[in-house]
Amino acid sequence: MTVLMFGWEFPPHIAGGLGTACEGIVKGLAHNGVKTLFVMPNASGDEDQSATTILNASDVAVQNVSTTVEEFIGKVKFYYVDSNIVPYVDPDEYFAAIEKMKAEGRSQTTVGFGQKFKFSGKYGADLMEEVSRYAQVGGTIAMQHKDEFDVIHAHDWLTYLAGIAAKELTGKPLVVHVHATSYDRGDEKHMDSRVLDIEKRGMMAADRVVTVSDLTRGIVINKYGIDPAKVVTVHNAVDFSGRENIEVERGIKDKVVTFLGRITFQKGPEYFIDAAAKVLKRTKGVRFVMAGSGDMMNRAIRQVARLGIADRFHFTGFLRGADVQKMFALSDVYIMPSVSEPFGISPLEAMRTGVPSIISHQSGAAEVLKYALKVDFWDVDALADDIYALVTYPALAKFASKQGYDEVNELKWNGATAKLKKVYESLI
Amino acid sequence: MKKSICLYFQVHQPTRLRQYRFFDIGKDSHYYDDFANRTILKRVAQKCYLPMNELLLEAIQANKGKFKVAFSISGSALEQLDRYAPEVLDSFRKLAATGSVEFLAETYYHSLASLASPSEFQHQVEKHKKHVQDTLGVTPTAFRNTELIYSDSIARQVYDLGFKTMLTEGARHIMGWQSPNYIYTAESQPKLKLLLRNYGMSDDLAFRFSDRGWNEWPLTAEKFTGWLSEAEGDIVNLFMDYETFGEHQKAESGIFDFMRALPGMVLAAGMSFVTPSQAVKNIKPVADLSVPDAISWADEERDLSAWLGNELQQEAYNKLYRQTEKLALIGDPELWADFGHLQESDHLYYMCTKFFSDGEIHKRFSPYATPYEAFINYMNVLSDFIIRINGRQ
Repeated sequence: MTVLMFGWEFPPHIAGGLGTACEGIVKGLAHNGVKTLFVMPNASGDEDQSATTILNASDVAVQNVSTTVEEFIGKVKFYYVDSNIVPYVDPDEYFAAIEKMKAEGRSQTTVGFGQKFKFSGKYGADLMEEVSRYAQVGGTIAMQHKDEFDVIHAHDWLTYLAGIAAKELTGKPLVVHVHATSYDRGDEKHMDSRVLDIEKRGMMAADRVVTVSDLTRGIVINKYGIDPAKVVTVHNAVDFSGRENIEVERGIKDKVVTFLGRITFQKGPEYFIDAAAKVLKRTKGVRFVMAGSGDMMNRAIRQVARLGIADRFHFTGFLRGADVQKMFALSDVYIMPSVSEPFGISPLEAMRTGVPSIISHQSGAAEVLKYALKVDFWDVDALADDIYALVTYPALAKFASKQGYDEVNELKWNGATAKLKKVYESLI
Repeated sequence: MKKSICLYFQVHQPTRLRQYRFFDIGKDSHYYDDFANRTILKRVAQKCYLPMNELLLEAIQANKGKFKVAFSISGSALEQLDRYAPEVLDSFRKLAATGSVEFLAETYYHSLASLASPSEFQHQVEKHKKHVQDTLGVTPTAFRNTELIYSDSIARQVYDLGFKTMLTEGARHIMGWQSPNYIYTAESQPKLKLLLRNYGMSDDLAFRFSDRGWNEWPLTAEKFTGWLSEAEGDIVNLFMDYETFGEHQKAESGIFDFMRALPGMVLAAGMSFVTPSQAVKNIKPVADLSVPDAISWADEERDLSAWLGNELQQEAYNKLYRQTEKLALIGDPELWADFGHLQESDHLYYMCTKFFSDGEIHKRFSPYATPYEAFINYMNVLSDFIIRINGRQ
């Protein structure tokens, strides 16, 4: 069985969790004997050049590059579409990437039906233009390879139009995979109606909708009005192979309680801060760290100052690469108080590092993590209680650390993708 | 009586902090950006301190001592000059030796200690006085507080420390209809005489001199002397940052030529130059001033909002000064020195969020992209500092 898969990013050049999840899915499917043709727009254009075979279609309208990665034993093919859209990234990072592209003179490329598309580098308006361009290219690629695949699989709204185009042109069944919805990004008043519309069209057109949690499944059914019979939950997993925990020398004797992620409304940063203030009233031997950046950061800093806890509550700004591992290694407790989180991979990372985690019931991860402590995001007292317990009672921390570590090591993509394979099989 | 002109220049350089990350807390207790501090000080020395000191020395000699100025040099600046540009200290010693230059007392670390802690305030004023004696060979007798911060209660503290003269801002909301061009006394301590900054004429030089959009541009020494002659009152106090000359107003603006010409013209117009201590001897006070809430020379508000206006600044300030007592018990000179440098008011100034109107000025002087970054960095440093203190108890 072969799947034509539309993604948006893929390691090593990733901006968010979607690329990592796609890699896990593709690898897991390969393990289960399912081949994938992976199509993606590409921001930097230099990805995997060393490990790939590039086929230049000189006069073909679509600039398509197929490549075989040895790692997947020839089961995954990549098609690159040059693009500068990186939706899962901070605007700062995005503009830096655009500047880099401009400096390298890659401002336009030949795609679509012999048309030239100008890449403007704008975040808002052009995102939509590029999403529809991706649909055109997606359709072309689908036609070119229509004898090679059985099912179409599209990840998140950015690729839904491409998936729909492929389905309409080839008549093959379509699976859309919901990693996040507009309802997780903000309240209904501030939603982008165009995004909402694409999401809905994708879900309606799909033969199956795969959600990363039952929480998201509920949103898809209740908010988008999708028939429950075609909505299936396949929980995310995480691939820790080849990862070694790093050793970090601690400069601080106090226990460290960490929040790591975008500092935005849906991540619940203010609940973390309020809980920190409550814990600090009871015990002094603890520090709090908010790692990341986002549109609520300045507000969070003011909240910390107002509560008078800034000598024990630290901000690191946006962390990259090794610093993220370092931050986990320095932590004693990890907190994810999300207001709405389709899944949330970060507590899995923390638990893999042996850090006990407290997560909100309003996260998809809560459905699969037995050994994470769970609270309602708004229940600051319960959150403070759990933090206090984990920093004060070593037996509890030790238990949660050990059990959590074993638990996340069992969450493998091989299992998750076996379920995905069944979804495909039901459509052929 | 001849009208007096009192020129006073503030010399201060903050001890800028390096980027100090959360990961450094508990591991690395060197807090300062030595490279930036050295680079900036050397640049300012070349552009301002050295050429301007030479200009003033020549003017004093040319006018046979009738041209007079006053300086206040913070302890932080004296430390950096000693470390990175000792030739500047030599030139200040030459100025001191003329007898026409008065050096004022202030808090050693250019701090807000006058608001936070009477004992720390006393400590820093005395430390500064001794350091000026040791470095320049003169004993300060008049006092200027950090950023000309003044209130009735600070007036009492300053008098109790042995000063009879103090400089502050002629803030409009305090003066009302009264002119800053007279000597006043403190209502809370009538024996303390006050010199008030004429902010209009001071800022003509400090802020507007090179502004081509200003309707008085270009400002010539002749024109300015005319304004001084016409001004009402006994004394015109022109107080400004020394970096006005060559740094804020570039050499190309003609500021040095202006200052070269001014002394002779002022004297020829029948006015005299005085230093603050001489001024209060020569001129009788006209009234007393009541200042229940602190004033300063900063921003439009002329109050404390540049340093303590928002919750970030108040948090940093409170957490810092909470350490005062513990430090006194430990008595470690290294911790004392760091405590001093962390008290420099500049660190709080960088956290100011008054983005509109005066925000531009704040931004110009800040090494940080945003006030939030300034706060985060400062609190990381302070956290390490507090860990060191607690480790010694």
